[in-house]
Amino acid sequence: MATTPLKDLGKSAIAEKGWLKAHQWQLLRRFSQIGIFVLFLLGPLAGVWLINGNLANSTVLGTVPLLDPIVFLQMLAGGISGITLTAVLGALIVTVFYALIGGRVFCSWVCPMNMVTDFARMLRRRLGLKGSAKIKADTRLWMLAAVVLTALATGTLAYELVNPVAIFHRGILFGFGFGWAVVVGIFLFDLLVMKDGWCGHICPMGALYSQIGRMSVVRVRADGRASCDDCMECYEVCPEKQVIPPALKSARGEGPVILSGDCTNCGACIDVCGQEVFSFGLRMPNQVKPGRGKPARKQDKILKAA
Amino acid sequence: MSSESTRKPAAKPVNRRRFLTDMAKTACGVGLFGLAVGLNARQSSALPAHAIRPPGALKESDFLAACTRCGMCVRDCPYGILKLAEPGEDVATGTPYFTARTGPCEMCDDIPCIPACPTHALDHSLTDINKSRMGLAVVVDQETCIAFRGLRCEVCFNVCPVRGKAITLEVVSNPRTGIHAIFPPVVHSSDCTGCGLCEKACILEEAAIKVLPTRLAKGELGHHYRLGWESKGDLGKAFPTADKEHVYRLPEGMHYEHAGRGLVKDQPAVTVPGQGNKKTPFSSNPLDTLNSGIREAK
Repeated sequence: MATTPLKDLGKSAIAEKGWLKAHQWQLLRRFSQIGIFVLFLLGPLAGVWLINGNLANSTVLGTVPLLDPIVFLQMLAGGISGITLTAVLGALIVTVFYALIGGRVFCSWVCPMNMVTDFARMLRRRLGLKGSAKIKADTRLWMLAAVVLTALATGTLAYELVNPVAIFHRGILFGFGFGWAVVVGIFLFDLLVMKDGWCGHICPMGALYSQIGRMSVVRVRADGRASCDDCMECYEVCPEKQVIPPALKSARGEGPVILSGDCTNCGACIDVCGQEVFSFGLRMPNQVKPGRGKPARKQDKILKAA
Repeated sequence: MSSESTRKPAAKPVNRRRFLTDMAKTACGVGLFGLAVGLNARQSSALPAHAIRPPGALKESDFLAACTRCGMCVRDCPYGILKLAEPGEDVATGTPYFTARTGPCEMCDDIPCIPACPTHALDHSLTDINKSRMGLAVVVDQETCIAFRGLRCEVCFNVCPVRGKAITLEVVSNPRTGIHAIFPPVVHSSDCTGCGLCEKACILEEAAIKVLPTRLAKGELGHHYRLGWESKGDLGKAFPTADKEHVYRLPEGMHYEHAGRGLVKDQPAVTVPGQGNKKTPFSSNPLDTLNSGIREAK
């Protein structure tokens, strides 16, 4: 079967599985993203303080601290005056959590900016916008380095002054100011300038989370890859399409697990596939035929370089 | 390198040149971004004078490295005076502050905003709100403060939570009327917490008493200065030099009485004809004084 034309994207999945099943993970993600907003808003709006603070730093039920690793990293670089036991514990809890379930689960299940950039991608497809600026996907690693360096150089949490994710979330909880312009800017950038520009290439938070999630346990698996009919729909919907080929095509004898830390565990490939190739699962087992294939980590690097 | 790529044009042209230019491009772009963020951070590290940090805030440079912009202090303030700076404001984005004129710190005894801070950007060792130093109130304008014009106001004095210590009223005579008193408010940095209640309460259109950052409001004495009368009390003697009677180079027959009568003529009172035998060195006739020395010299 040939590549599915864009206008028919997702139709085969709906035909095979029904609309609900073909949107299952997307609906769950929206539920999670909006639900987290609601949890944060319950405090200020209804006086129910399940979670206090914002995505940068919060307290669950008045006791469990949560601290975003990128904030913690900047605190370390910026002069350690805020490194308290609570801060260390908060960063540790968040890091361990995402290290297990997939670092970039933050990006696709929690981060509010995801709804904006998903919307931009959808609109880009609907409007048939083709052109896209090209920068390398590892730019975000450089961005992460820049975030740490600016904190080091200025002795402050410099990136938090401009971090669009923080501005967005804090804006809704505490007042936006001109922050909405930053959100609109990201939307327009992704829509008009660059496909998957912000989340897929630039955001240093995503870069850090993909490093945290390199060895995560929860993974998307392409166990049904034998029945792949090359419709290419998963590549179209995947926000990090470079993560799919090793698991799906096994060019160098890779196992069926998507191992790249860049995978956001969004489940879009699972939803869109009419052949039910993909599913959520664990990192292990990941063997095809014993004796074939090189160690997975090394292949990751080769593919990235290519 | 080039010969290899011409031999195999189908292969991906990832050669050294391509790799280096790609890297340079990325480094340049990200470097510019970093520069912009860094400069922005530098500029917003100066807290504007109108914005006051919550009680117990570390000094600004440490505060900006410790505050995670979580807003939990904002939530725990029972009076809702704290606000996280929004993008576009002149305060570092996301950091908490209050504005004295519209919402001063009410100085809660338990200071709930401090334990709310998970990263101790608000110093948890501060437990006595009277010891907090959010800023310093300053009577910035004596021309409009009506107390200085001789009217009875004393509102700032009366609302001050450290009453009678942080702000006191002086008594000065009113030179305009000659018979009335002026009660000007005077702020004492030893007790003022910078809560801003006085600024809020000031009855003028624009407050004449304002809370300023301590760095703007306070002078600082040269570190080599020793106030003789103070070190005298500490040491039991004057420091650095002992008290020594100053020798005035005065005309003969005169001496100077320090902290006493001042310039004194040594000779006994002159009996001026027509003035009786008054024991005063000076006659009421200025000429007598002017001429007296001459007469004696003869």
